[in-house]
Amino acid sequence: MRSSVVIFPGSNCDKDIAVALEKFNFKNLMVWHNETTLPKSDLVVLPGGFSYGDYLRTGCIAAKSNIINGVIEFAKKGGLVLGICNGFQILIETGLLPGVLIRNKNLNFLCKNVYLKITNNKNNFLSKFNKEIIKLHIAHNEGNYYVDERNLKTLEDDNLIAFKYCDKKGNIAEENNPNGSIKNIAGIFNKKQNILGMMPHPERMIDKYLSGEDGKLFFNNIFSKHA
Amino acid sequence: MVNYFLTIYLVNMRKVDFDSKTIKEHGLSNSEYKKICELLNRSPNLLELGIFSAMWNEHCSYKSSKIHLKKLPTKSKDVIQGPGENAGIIDIGDDQAIVFKIESHNHPSYIEPYQGAATGVGGILRDVFTMGARPIANLNSIHFGSPKHPKTKNLLIGVVKGIGGYGNCVGIPTIGGETYFDESYNGNILVNAMSLGLVKKEKIFYSKASGIDNPIIYVGSKTGRDGIHGASMASSNFDDKTEEKKPTVQVGDPFTEKLLLEACQELMRDDSIVAIQDMGAAGLTSSSVEMAAKGSLGMEINLNNVPCRELNMSPYEMMLSESQERMLIILNAAKEKNAKKIFEKWNLDFANIGKTIKTKKLILKFNKNIVGDIPIEALSIKAPVYDRKFIKKNIPKKQIISKDKFNKLKIIDTLIKLISHPNISNKRWVWEQYDHTVMANTLQKPGGNSGVVRIEKTNKAIAATIDSSAEYCVAHPLTGGKQIVCESWRNLISVGAKPIAITNCLNFGNPEKKNTMGEFIDCVEGISQACNYLKYPVVSGNVSFYNETKEKSIKPTPTIGGVGLIKDYSKMITMNLKSENNILIVVGKTLGYLGQSLFSRIILKNKKGPPPEINLFNEKNNGETILELIDKKYILSAHDISTGGILVSLVEMCIAGNIGVKIDSPKTLVNLYEFFFGEDQGRYIIEIKNDNFNEVSNILDKNSVFFEKIGTVQKDKLTLKNEFDIFIKELIDYNNKWFKSYIS
Repeated sequence: MRSSVVIFPGSNCDKDIAVALEKFNFKNLMVWHNETTLPKSDLVVLPGGFSYGDYLRTGCIAAKSNIINGVIEFAKKGGLVLGICNGFQILIETGLLPGVLIRNKNLNFLCKNVYLKITNNKNNFLSKFNKEIIKLHIAHNEGNYYVDERNLKTLEDDNLIAFKYCDKKGNIAEENNPNGSIKNIAGIFNKKQNILGMMPHPERMIDKYLSGEDGKLFFNNIFSKHA
Repeated sequence: MVNYFLTIYLVNMRKVDFDSKTIKEHGLSNSEYKKICELLNRSPNLLELGIFSAMWNEHCSYKSSKIHLKKLPTKSKDVIQGPGENAGIIDIGDDQAIVFKIESHNHPSYIEPYQGAATGVGGILRDVFTMGARPIANLNSIHFGSPKHPKTKNLLIGVVKGIGGYGNCVGIPTIGGETYFDESYNGNILVNAMSLGLVKKEKIFYSKASGIDNPIIYVGSKTGRDGIHGASMASSNFDDKTEEKKPTVQVGDPFTEKLLLEACQELMRDDSIVAIQDMGAAGLTSSSVEMAAKGSLGMEINLNNVPCRELNMSPYEMMLSESQERMLIILNAAKEKNAKKIFEKWNLDFANIGKTIKTKKLILKFNKNIVGDIPIEALSIKAPVYDRKFIKKNIPKKQIISKDKFNKLKIIDTLIKLISHPNISNKRWVWEQYDHTVMANTLQKPGGNSGVVRIEKTNKAIAATIDSSAEYCVAHPLTGGKQIVCESWRNLISVGAKPIAITNCLNFGNPEKKNTMGEFIDCVEGISQACNYLKYPVVSGNVSFYNETKEKSIKPTPTIGGVGLIKDYSKMITMNLKSENNILIVVGKTLGYLGQSLFSRIILKNKKGPPPEINLFNEKNNGETILELIDKKYILSAHDISTGGILVSLVEMCIAGNIGVKIDSPKTLVNLYEFFFGEDQGRYIIEIKNDNFNEVSNILDKNSVFFEKIGTVQKDKLTLKNEFDIFIKELIDYNNKWFKSYIS
């Protein structure tokens, strides 16, 4: 399984995700944002960070970068694309995923562990998860997902919501919604379910010495499906 | 104000001496001005006056502190680089080293909290990566005025957002810190930022210039008009016109910092760089002068080549601007082309602005004229050094607390009051705004004994902690100085790290006042004694004087940043209690001393008396014994006993583990308040398996360490027979309450 991680000048989770991918046996290549074509890949990752400083709307300049056309083309052909945190924001700005990510409801950057309920495991990313509730880490300022009613209905009807913020037991309620996202949404798919955008960082939870190891399930899962 | 910006700077055009108003505006005394004229053998022009002002101010010259700082121990077998460079460096084995330093950004943060704090983080990151290291962790110590003071809340919010905004964007985890409130900071908040970086031993870069005719390269952001005279501003007291100093605060751009970090790392792969230094306080002036001074050579700079953000910038502005995210590099001449390519890739300015010269002078050219010509030594070793007058503080008389004061109290009410106090309350609101897990190596996040990050591809981890105790320092500076070093040491021991070295940030009032100077000298003496005894040297640091507004000074607040090494992180210890039926032991003797304790100050409202004594022998012996017990895998959790005494520390362990403790009634005849809230030093609480009690007590006995069993871990309640029985959940609520209600 070959993966490519795009590095924007302000990416700061590119190395973390590369370490995670290699740990789980991906043959990974890093791709500089000024490139115009992607190397042959099975998975393309847009990592977390501050792509071009994000002084404007997060991800909006990255959505016009040189490499992004390659990513869009790759996605349209059905290739697996994963956007984590800033990567999710960029995917939204490209239009590959619907909605918008606005500032957290308390207007603060938020870095903490959260529980997530996997709401759709019939896809390329999450099909072999052996549990429904996982713990991952979030670290963002703009993770408050919003989408209009029509698109929300599509997300729900077509089962395109990947994760929802919940409590330890899986209850989805306002008090375990860290950032104000509509319907506690933490991650979504496109219609074909080959693109996943998510705010939590699985790459930060890949062994028992870190604050959790549910990220391991995540990477193991993509790999086992396509080995 | 003199209009500096349109003056023409021709060295040969100076005939007139400056009036004392202009001299004063430059933060110089008349006698200092006289000395400048003697050193130059003529009077300076305005540009030169500005340069002297920048280099001779307290912030850059350490003129009031220098002779005292020499007392600090700075060497050990682990120290690669002590004070005097951009940061200190320690050896962690396997050809790896840790570069670290702390720095203050107090004055700018009070004037403009977001930018002040943000650029504080930016500055310390550059100090670390300029030495070739990649930053791996940040910490900070922030002190604010009373929560009731009208400015405090906004300052708190701004500072926390600024620290987060910068560190989060560059992508360095903030793994620890402290937040403290006290009315002595009402007019002068403290923002101390610390950073640690990892470097290969053979890839360390220094700031000592060498070689003649080597190009001087300016890289990073363009120079703007921000932060002009920032260093002088940080070297004077505040008054009613403090707000007007806003334009002297720099503006940070963490995205550019990230680019600069990556570009420097790329350039550092080969031997292109001869010397490198970041343009921090006093910008281009201090970086060029310091590099030249260290290399015993001169520099010729053509100011027309300095990349400027604004039109018509004068030499005065260029030399004194504190625009952020800039570096000065002495380059190997043959490598210029390749170096330029790297900076172009990262979209950063790269300009050849001059060359090193044999004559030990700073020569500044502008529009083909020489506009400044100063001997380097006049700005460095010949800068004034003062042995200021001081008054030492005697140890205050011990307070005797009458018995009836205790009779009116209840232990549980006292405990609740203490854990609900702003300074003890849970600081989650603060550190959740800092990305503490980016880089995916954080093993212990803020809120524990120390922050811990592991070193990739090894079994090693680095522990770091930041501490201060202004209350002890104001009561008796010598004891206070010793105590902070010991507390820092204990915090590292408690996670299983061997303490290696410290960096210090010495925050004080006006050094021209005898009492303040006395506090400074005694704190430094205390730090020195403890560091010497514990073999815990000082490798870097910073002094911040003039933390004073309208004659009111802050409490003396030396901040210590400690760094330790965990050789095998699978043996790392956390403070959360682990499981029921394990037993808890207090290591170190409890005498029940209440002077300067949180209990005395908050409950009895008694702020008099000396702080607890420090016994360095016990400190070292107890700490090393704890490390032995950790190495032998007997300890399951550990926490040092500090502010608030045994009971507060115990509650912190319960809260972290969300599990309770059945406390044993003390066997000795001390009063319960003295026993549970006394702040005797050199103590730890450890959790061990009941089965291991004999082995553990043998080791403690063998090392002559005093210990006593204090309780047993139980399900979800904290209980003390005949006194209280309370759910941990309730204690968590009390501990969380203050911050939540204060912010909302």
